[in-house]
Amino acid sequence: MDWRELIRWERMPHILCPGCGNGTILNVLVRALAEKFEEGELDPDKTVLVSGIGCSSRLPGYVKLDSLHTTHGRPIAFATGLKLANPELEVIVVTGNGDAAAIGGNHLIHAARRNLDITVICSNNYVYGMTGGQASPTTPQGAKSTTTPYGNPEPPFDLCELVMGAGAPHVERWTTAHPHQLKQAIHRALEREGFSFIDVLSQCPTNYGRRNDMRSPREMLEWLRENTSTEDEPGKIRIGVLRDEERKPFHERVYELVEEVSGDEEGG
Amino acid sequence: MSEKVEFLQGNEACAEGAIAAGCRFFAGYPITPSTEIAERMSERLPEVGGVYVQMEDEIASLAAVIGASWAGVKAMTATAGPGFSLMQEHMGFAAMTETPCVIVNVQRGGPSTGQPTKASQSDVMQARWGSHGDYEIVALSPSTVQEMYDLTIECFNWSERLRVPAVLLADEVVGHMRERVVLREDVEVVDRELPEEGEEIEEPFPLEPDDHVPPMPVFGRGHRVHVTGLTHDERGYPATDDPEVHRKLVRRLCNKVRKRAREIHESVGYDFIERESDLALVAYGGCARTVLEAAEELGATVFRPKVIHPFDADLVRKLLDGYEVLVVEMNLGQYVEMVERALDAECVHLLGHPGGYPPTPERVIKEAERIQG
Amino acid sequence: MKREVRISGFGGQGIVLAGVVLGRAAAVYEEYNAVQTQSYGPEARGGASRSDVIISDEEIMYPYVREPDYLVAMSQEAYDKYAPEVKEDGLIVYDSTLVEPHRDDDVEHVGVPATKLAEEELGRRIVANMVILGALRELTDLVSEEALKRAVEDAVPPGTEEINVKAVELGARGVRE
Repeated sequence: MDWRELIRWERMPHILCPGCGNGTILNVLVRALAEKFEEGELDPDKTVLVSGIGCSSRLPGYVKLDSLHTTHGRPIAFATGLKLANPELEVIVVTGNGDAAAIGGNHLIHAARRNLDITVICSNNYVYGMTGGQASPTTPQGAKSTTTPYGNPEPPFDLCELVMGAGAPHVERWTTAHPHQLKQAIHRALEREGFSFIDVLSQCPTNYGRRNDMRSPREMLEWLRENTSTEDEPGKIRIGVLRDEERKPFHERVYELVEEVSGDEEGG
Repeated sequence: MSEKVEFLQGNEACAEGAIAAGCRFFAGYPITPSTEIAERMSERLPEVGGVYVQMEDEIASLAAVIGASWAGVKAMTATAGPGFSLMQEHMGFAAMTETPCVIVNVQRGGPSTGQPTKASQSDVMQARWGSHGDYEIVALSPSTVQEMYDLTIECFNWSERLRVPAVLLADEVVGHMRERVVLREDVEVVDRELPEEGEEIEEPFPLEPDDHVPPMPVFGRGHRVHVTGLTHDERGYPATDDPEVHRKLVRRLCNKVRKRAREIHESVGYDFIERESDLALVAYGGCARTVLEAAEELGATVFRPKVIHPFDADLVRKLLDGYEVLVVEMNLGQYVEMVERALDAECVHLLGHPGGYPPTPERVIKEAERIQG
Repeated sequence: MKREVRISGFGGQGIVLAGVVLGRAAAVYEEYNAVQTQSYGPEARGGASRSDVIISDEEIMYPYVREPDYLVAMSQEAYDKYAPEVKEDGLIVYDSTLVEPHRDDDVEHVGVPATKLAEEELGRRIVANMVILGALRELTDLVSEEALKRAVEDAVPPGTEEINVKAVELGARGVRE
């Protein structure tokens, strides 16, 4: 399948700013999906995108699949109902750092704990971009935002450590400066059964870079490339496959129980 | 299988009603005095092939229920005061996205943590107005354990018919009491209208006619629809800058319920016991049990609605115009406000009785005598 | 006919279950209406337990007990609290193993050593609730013995039907003799 068939062209142009990292994520996501559909590994009619509120959460609206654009912070909770009610569905959550780490942090850790079989792609651009660049739980300490004009006094969350701590079996971190690796990561996430989390460090030149001495998208991408490493290097953010294990997904445990109980009922 | 006679708690009967109505998904968070519903669902759903999940909070519970509904499965949650407050945002989301779902609220005293184990009817207005924005829902109020069963089924049916969230506005009186209940097998079960599988739908959310209920293009059937809580046009696409789209959308979301108010009241039913009297008593839910007893002793007319929302002002006028009306409720006055708007407000009186128990019949009789001078 | 019954004691005695069984016997196995309510929350903590049943051949509207016709008291605390509310022509059935009665008007009192009987005759203290329920039925004829036994069989944990039915019979015998 050509990835172009997956775009709702009538909705173009999109609302993203020039140079926004979410463009890269959308681009990579639809290509990965098109390849999976082409390979016959996934059925486009059984693939659902779910999102919350924020710039990244607008991405599903541009993809020609069933999609549920929900409330701020809650896409994973909606996804829980979708996946459990119909395990045939491949459920992908597109979320952001504000959505997933702040208001939706509780749903994030509980879905990881349950090992809900969904893929969560978190566009992590350090701020609340859609509302003008306020600080979020991933804003680096000292960074400037519209609500931390003197520098952020709070330490940030490492979202990968957070979900791994909660039990997520498949966790990767990449950046928008690594589109090829990101696409491979999405492929892996779609293949894994269980909770897959991809933290995508992304650029918001309009509302983050501008206030933190990185005015152009290129400067931000260079920063992402220079300050990340697939090895443990001091002073650099670790990217790559951080965990890749197998654990029985939640819906399988639930349906095994249902099978056992309803079987007993019919037998009895 | 023939019908089964049981002696159950209202909350247990509610769970049985849900199963009979075809509910196969429950997501919830334990909270007194509704917890027995979750407990019974956790036992019963797996028996009938359904899924029970305990979520991390009530926000997530209603989210999961809405998700399940879009996966094509009838779904419910149950809660009380504080949990109902947390669910309000998703009541609005369900209204906006036209998602059938049932929310049971076994009302307890508030505000805040209030009286967890005691009865109240103080969420009547919240059920209708608790989320932001213009919307309508259906809310039904049971007075007996049998009605906990029957009206749960009605909630599912109206929710499916109109694609709206439906609230079973119960209270601790009927939630916790035990009575005989006939678990009827011959129940009418309504399922949402679905488009043809695989059909491409150009306008999943038509703006007109203004009371239209479109078929629901549930996920996984090839419709490839976009569903959003943003103001959306016919195609389901965000159209937040177009005042006309917003006006038409919210008008339809409201009118599809409002214009069917009489139909819902007639179909769900109400008690109207007419007696030779200038006085009419009005009550609903657990509190109505007191009032029916008092009205008999007083020889007064009595109106007991089962449908709380949508309110049918014409029906109330038709039944109660010309009476001195005494509304009795376990709050400081909520339903009475709607009655006042329907009738000559001078003739409408309130016995507001918060505190955790319905008033005794003696208390109601005393109040009625006071009004009549 | 309308009768208000209050069954009371402390947590762990199966007070709620006794009320449920009585209500079920009346509503499912007799042609009566019955409403059962019980204490919840703080009221039910700290040991006290109460289970109320109204049985009537007419529709029961107001669901709460106002003035019990019959009181079953299985603890001193319950007796002290509820005995004063019993109607003058009512009846108080108390577990004489645990309760020292002291209401001094002429409300009828019947003492049944339910806990002792359950322990000594059946080896299971836990079925004292059914012993006293059997006694109450025998004294009041609220429901038939058959109806009560069927309700017991429905409501008790699977595997304990027999001992619970025996307990009911034991209580009935205790007050017949």
